[in-house]
Amino acid sequence: MSAEVPEAASAEEQKSEHSMHPWSFQLSIPNNLEEMEDKVTSPEKAEEAKLKARYPHLGQKPGGSDFLRKRLQKGQKYFDSGDYNMAKAKMKNKQLPAAAPDKTEVTGDHIPTPQDLPQRKPSLVASKLAG
Amino acid sequence: FFEKKLISFLFCLNYTADIISTVEFNHSGELLATGDKGGRVVIFQQEQENKIQSHSRGEYNVYSTFQSHEPEFDYLKSLEIEEKINKIRWLPQKNAAQFLLSTNDKTIKLWKISERDKRPEGYNLKEEDGRYRDPTTVTTLRVPVFRPMDLMVEASPRRIFANAHTYHINSISINSDYETYLSADDLRINLWHLEITDRSFNIVDIKPANMEELTEVITAAEFHPNSCNTFVYSSSKGTIRLCDMRASALCDRHSKLFEEPEDPSNRSFFSEIISSISDVKFSHSGRYMMTRDYLSVKIWDLNMENRPVETYQVHEYLRSKLCSLYENDCIFDKFECCWNGSDSVVMTGSYNNFFRMFDRNTKRDITLEASRENNKPRTVLKPRKVCASGKRKKDEISVDSLDFNKKILHTAWHPKENIIAVATTNNLYIFQDKVN
Repeated sequence: MSAEVPEAASAEEQKSEHSMHPWSFQLSIPNNLEEMEDKVTSPEKAEEAKLKARYPHLGQKPGGSDFLRKRLQKGQKYFDSGDYNMAKAKMKNKQLPAAAPDKTEVTGDHIPTPQDLPQRKPSLVASKLAG
Repeated sequence: FFEKKLISFLFCLNYTADIISTVEFNHSGELLATGDKGGRVVIFQQEQENKIQSHSRGEYNVYSTFQSHEPEFDYLKSLEIEEKINKIRWLPQKNAAQFLLSTNDKTIKLWKISERDKRPEGYNLKEEDGRYRDPTTVTTLRVPVFRPMDLMVEASPRRIFANAHTYHINSISINSDYETYLSADDLRINLWHLEITDRSFNIVDIKPANMEELTEVITAAEFHPNSCNTFVYSSSKGTIRLCDMRASALCDRHSKLFEEPEDPSNRSFFSEIISSISDVKFSHSGRYMMTRDYLSVKIWDLNMENRPVETYQVHEYLRSKLCSLYENDCIFDKFECCWNGSDSVVMTGSYNNFFRMFDRNTKRDITLEASRENNKPRTVLKPRKVCASGKRKKDEISVDSLDFNKKILHTAWHPKENIIAVATTNNLYIFQDKVN
């Protein structure tokens, strides 16, 4: 049930990729279209083909399961405790809407201050789909 | 069971909260505790018998609310420690007060919930409001007496079990000896004594020497309901290990390994992810255990390791949607499951605010919905049906119109009666079956 594996990578590299990665693609996963059509019998396999088509680099990273390790380190990362406390304070201020009820209408002349800007999503949180 | 009783579950109570993260009845079923993402615990109490009308059981009303956990900051890793309550477990009642364990990712707390319905009045040196009297005005001496007052329910933290987990706690389970309990994180399980907070014993450690070799994590753990030396833990690879603490101090070697063999030709990228067990629960009898993986519920006989004795499909129609469920992260949702008091029916949640029940004896199953729009109070719940493909009948819902943001992850069943608690994202629903 083996399919053709690209010759480019050395035998050693191939072995390390597949043995260390729990979700590495098994050798049964086809790399050419004809075989793909044959294998699309179960709905699960069909979904897998879909996923591989959208994210060809998924599951090919060596070195243990990225997914598992990301799970172990869930939680929002901050630069340091100061960053954390600032973020907490900002959250608290946002939750008190009665802060400045008589603020004048902001027109186009208003120069934005950091408080007016939407909070930036922390960049250290990486999508699991990213390469 | 279904024909007569289940179908007549009534819509009972709807309580809006922060995102509910755990639901648990106490041993008598009189109290129902919920934990939420904001670290709060809300306890409901069933109305006493003599207050209720003849055609229904007592309703659940809010009994106590308290802040169990606060957000913290892990300075070493620069990570926030969420205050979200992951699990609540009740201790059996030993005296007038109630005790429960609540845990977030890192810290377990023992809370005492007690009632106060009397207070001392008639102090000599203080006014009734607490202000100190001018000593020169005190001319007589009196003995303070206890007078009745409006019921006050107080929660106080009695023990804090901290700093024992490097990874995130997913389970706590009280031993049948009522003296010890276990806490499990992704890689380790610790054993605690309820009285001792500065020490805990590590009983399972699956952390590999080299983290690059990490292949599976612990997803849930529970003590056996009757054997105080036995516990099980489930993994992200779909296996359950039963361990006996009499065998050795460190239970890295299991006594039993429960795993259903998989057909290798069916293996796909999703196989391992959907086989990950999100919950494991012993039956009340202790003879069986139930596991929940992404698509099914399995009942295992503790005497048979090589396959489950019963398998129930929760939402098999999602198998052809795995690609999108992976992209929107829903494939990682952790559904819980529960037994009814007599172990004859099991229940678990699904999407679109649906929840499912399986009668083990008749092999019948039912899908119900927890939503305000479709259920008026005191009306019978209507069974739902999802149409997987092809022509959709009148009351059916097609797979593509399911709302995957409306998930029921947490459900609980009263230990003695047919009363269930179902948590949607923000609301708690309590249903009970029709009495006569």
